[in-house]
Amino acid sequence: MIEPPAYLLLSAILFGIGVVGVVARRNILIILMSVEVMLNGVNVAFVAVGSYLGDATGGIFAFMVMTVAAAEAAVGLALLIALYRIRETIDITELKVLKW
Amino acid sequence: MEALFFILFGAIAVGGAVMVVTRRHPMVSALYLILTLFAVAALFVLRHAHFLAAIQVIIYAGAVVVLFIFVIMLINVPESRLPVERATIVRVAGVIAAGLLILESAVLARRFAMPKAPVSGVGTVEAVGRALFTDYLLAFEVTSVLLLAAVIGAIALSNKKL
Repeated sequence: MIEPPAYLLLSAILFGIGVVGVVARRNILIILMSVEVMLNGVNVAFVAVGSYLGDATGGIFAFMVMTVAAAEAAVGLALLIALYRIRETIDITELKVLKW
Repeated sequence: MEALFFILFGAIAVGGAVMVVTRRHPMVSALYLILTLFAVAALFVLRHAHFLAAIQVIIYAGAVVVLFIFVIMLINVPESRLPVERATIVRVAGVIAAGLLILESAVLARRFAMPKAPVSGVGTVEAVGRALFTDYLLAFEVTSVLLLAAVIGAIALSNKKL
């Protein structure tokens, strides 16, 4: 039987890979996908801990995270399309009008 | 047996995630994202969370990633106009920062003691549904407001006269 720390470690690795995608890439689409990877890493921890403790709460939290991820993807991609229509770019470093 | 499947699907999930963040073209990343999501669904099955595994495949792989692929095909950025990636030093710094984050989490996870009784039956449709419609009914109802707000926001943002 797999120990709980193994699932938590896997969760941390997935989250870390997502962090790399967010901080090291410039393509907005890939940054949004990296956020999905991070949310999935968190879900692994929720589900594993919930099942080891015998509590359905972990599963409920993972369910809520999935709902938020779906909403985030819909709004994020709508923003991306509106942005591409105006600025013709998906490079985040070109979007600096709010930069002081 | 669980250990074997854990290592197999964990390796697929991590490998797919690495490909998601390293590929140049977003379409390739989206396809590897599907692979990662399926591997995570398999890990959910290993933890007896059957309902969440099904939801993971239907909502994530079936809806969210398809939405991504729609958008990638809709805006269809030509290969030559994909963003030039950041300098190598920034990427190395990002990998080091994430590595430290993982290391720290690993140290914390090792100290995490749990009852090792094999618990099953908390991830079935019946158990999740019972918890969702009794203890977490308010959260479930608020979720519908969140989704409504997301739908209205997405429609408003896709308005031509923005």
